[in-house]
Amino acid sequence: MEISNIKQEINITEALMTRINELISHYPADKKKSALIPVLHEVQDAHDNWLSVELQQKVAEILDILPIEVYEVVTFYTMFNTKPVAKYMFEFCRTSCCATRGVEDLMDYACSKLGVKEGEITSDGLFQVVGVECLGACGYAPMLQLGDFYHEKLSKDSFDKLIEDCKAEKITLHDK
Amino acid sequence: MKVTIDGQSVEVEPGTTILQAARMIGGDLVPPAMCYYSKLKGSGGKCRCCLVEVAKGSDADPRPMPKLMASCVTGCMDGMEVNSKNSERVTEARKSVTEFLLINHPLDCPVCDQAGECNLQDLSFEHGKSETRFIEEKRTFEPENIGDKIQLHMNRCILCQRCTTLADQLTDKRVHGVLNRGDHAQISTCVSAAIDNEFSGNMIDVCPVGALTDKTFRFKSRVWFNKPFNAHRDCDKCCGKTTVWMFGNEIQRVTGRKDQYGEVEEFICNTCRFDKKEVSDWTIEGPKVFNKDSVINQNNYKRPLEKVIIETEKNILLGRDEDRVKISMSGVPLKNSNK
Amino acid sequence: MGKKILLDKINIPGIKTYEVYRENGGYKSVEKALTMQPDDITEEVKTSGLRGRGGAGFPVGMKWSFIDKKSGKPRHLVCNADESEPGTFKDRYLMEFIPHLLIEGMITSSFALGCNLSYIYIRGEYMWVFKILEKAIKEAYAAGWLGKNIKGSGYDLDLYVHVGAGAYICGEETALIESLEGKRGNPRIKPPFPAISGLWANPTVVNNVESIAAVPWIVLNGGAEYAKIGLERSTGTKLISASGHIKNPGVYEIEMGITVEEFMNSDEYCGGMIDDRPLKALVPGGSSVPILPAHLIYKTAAGTDRLMTYESLSDGGFATGSMLGSGGFIVYNDTTCIVRNTWNFSRFYHHESCGQCTPCREGTGWLEKILWRIENGQGREEDIDLLWNIQSKIEGNTICPLGDAASWPVAAAIRHFREEFEYHVRFPEKIKDRNHFVNEPFEKVRHLIGKQTV
Repeated sequence: MEISNIKQEINITEALMTRINELISHYPADKKKSALIPVLHEVQDAHDNWLSVELQQKVAEILDILPIEVYEVVTFYTMFNTKPVAKYMFEFCRTSCCATRGVEDLMDYACSKLGVKEGEITSDGLFQVVGVECLGACGYAPMLQLGDFYHEKLSKDSFDKLIEDCKAEKITLHDK
Repeated sequence: MKVTIDGQSVEVEPGTTILQAARMIGGDLVPPAMCYYSKLKGSGGKCRCCLVEVAKGSDADPRPMPKLMASCVTGCMDGMEVNSKNSERVTEARKSVTEFLLINHPLDCPVCDQAGECNLQDLSFEHGKSETRFIEEKRTFEPENIGDKIQLHMNRCILCQRCTTLADQLTDKRVHGVLNRGDHAQISTCVSAAIDNEFSGNMIDVCPVGALTDKTFRFKSRVWFNKPFNAHRDCDKCCGKTTVWMFGNEIQRVTGRKDQYGEVEEFICNTCRFDKKEVSDWTIEGPKVFNKDSVINQNNYKRPLEKVIIETEKNILLGRDEDRVKISMSGVPLKNSNK
Repeated sequence: MGKKILLDKINIPGIKTYEVYRENGGYKSVEKALTMQPDDITEEVKTSGLRGRGGAGFPVGMKWSFIDKKSGKPRHLVCNADESEPGTFKDRYLMEFIPHLLIEGMITSSFALGCNLSYIYIRGEYMWVFKILEKAIKEAYAAGWLGKNIKGSGYDLDLYVHVGAGAYICGEETALIESLEGKRGNPRIKPPFPAISGLWANPTVVNNVESIAAVPWIVLNGGAEYAKIGLERSTGTKLISASGHIKNPGVYEIEMGITVEEFMNSDEYCGGMIDDRPLKALVPGGSSVPILPAHLIYKTAAGTDRLMTYESLSDGGFATGSMLGSGGFIVYNDTTCIVRNTWNFSRFYHHESCGQCTPCREGTGWLEKILWRIENGQGREEDIDLLWNIQSKIEGNTICPLGDAASWPVAAAIRHFREEFEYHVRFPEKIKDRNHFVNEPFEKVRHLIGKQTV
């Protein structure tokens, strides 16, 4: 089992804790565990988009469950990262509909433009190109997910523009 | 309720599964079970080895079930008719499940401590074939140390999830579970924690394959060279009823007492399993009874040792009558005596 | 223009907000429902003939009538918004642009089922839609449509959105329930069915977004009125997500019963093929359903017009038909490589298998590996039969339908496009480039197969 040795600074702010408690309140009092996935999303978003083992243990503590129950869930769902990721992670959908509309070429273009292979992070830690499975935007292919949002009907030009916008910090990743 | 399996009928209580009914009848028609474990609540349904064909749903609704059903989790209905070994479809399905279980299995039986008492070996013996159609690279996992008592070999695992179910039901704080998903799903503690719990050793007993084996017994002996005896001791943590596996006067391994389906009768504690390896710790009850075709039984150690008397010994020393005649000089006829 | 039930108000500016939605007749069905007997609503839904829009097409009213009301346990309605079937993006469209319609449907349906705590399970990737729904629910609470004693009726309902985190399998109703309980999305062994023991072992109904969004109209206009729309057992309207090589990809609401040809070519819908290239294949209901070759798309094998209904699309069984499924309408033109596309689907199922049961865990990976070899010029003649054999051994032997969904695309591709697989095996040097059919579509090289035998 691959786990990251990089130390992550854990910072459960008051605002985050308020949000966590709000999510917990959505479930019956004895079913706190149900809030696990929504809570993990919030915690991950507040911690550079990844979850170290220590952070997962912290979540287990908040929800009164065993750490292994958190590990099991985190590794099952693809949206949780157990290793550090780039600030801007381009998640290209590469399933059939997007593939027929040229996502493979676009990914090659993205990789060569950023000088990385699929999955690698650029040396400045800013960008990463990842292939993922169907994101439910088949009619608007090719597309990618960046943070909470979709960028659809992409072309090489619009992708270039997206990179420029990222560099200029004009892109919002999470809607808080 | 009456259930008929492969033409043999049995009366069962409501709530009995097809597999349990089949075990009540016994014999060849009992479906193999790799993940179901009668002592673990909620186990079963995953390995798909025990698929059977329900030819008649019940007296009330006689329609056959379109899909093969996992007999370990399908309840009996009154008047149900089931085909197990009698059905071509079932045999075919079991063969394919066996193939699926083996494509990524390392097939390292020669160095596997489970060999000889492995459910997967038995399943392959019954339903496997001698060649493989899988030419791709096998999936492998990084080794993980889960403490000095239990050896985890993830490559051999068939993900029956008995060990995690056991940890949930027998121990209070489970530290291992199933991580990742799909064909990369694995049993792991995630943080290489030692699985250290008074009842954790039972994971070894419930593991149907060589994925979890006794580290204290590792590479000590092939199981069929050991002589298993049922033994007991006064234990304040468990029932104290075990099987001790002897080599000469040495106890090499202690396990729970397993029945004919490989299930332990009662779970035992780690003290009995790992720390009591002296003959003086135990009251030996007698040799354990095994199935007639078990490799362990081939040793025939149950037969009482008596002095061997070879009845013909005396005569061998005497030699053949004919020879005796020949070497007796007086008996040698003269060359010309016939003439 | 066909009749619109779900998307009739979609173009009203500001329909996303509570005020505009309410001004345009929103939440009327709740007002009406609260004056009705819950079981009468279920009867109306039964009469409507509404079938589950998630893929299986099971009658919604029937599903509702199975819920265990006798045990006295709390009941739950869970909306399945984990839309992840490749080719399907209709639920997202509904939730993103007219979120209150779903919430209205949830309230009406929860009332019919007698649920006091309901959830919408949305896939994690739709994070911004999750936020839209959360906001809309807050508005509904503020307006008194949710919470205690709704509009003085004495009926209480709490509704929340639960977000997933990337797992196709959570679209299976029992896996979805597991995920909602904060566990891995492993499908449960059925029976017991969720209607008896679902979320937290309570009786639960799980319905697709589109199914629930159709309920307000049925309550307001009556089930009989709904049943008049559409054709025979395919009543009502259906959202179709159209994608692939067509001029106007997007979400369309159709009256069931229009022809596939009209849907494909009319300017109201797909608008014909992109660049006017020839049509090669169609996946009519999301990646899991069998692919149809060109000659079986507009006409069935019997020679009748292929219609957009549950029955007509499955006419001919798997031999010459397909399924309406979730309405993920994926169109392929002649530049598409069927082998590559099948590999793509197989990779998807391999990636999404939960790993719980043997045939799916081991089989999906095996299928993908073989297809990858064939697509990359390392295929062997026997691999085609091997693929066929493996898929037949996964199908029907798994806990949940993912095994079937992984098998059917492979089976259909081999059934209808076997020659293309043979071409890949026999001419490895010609298929090195992944765009190998772009300049030389298969039709141009098909003759090579006939010439060379093995």
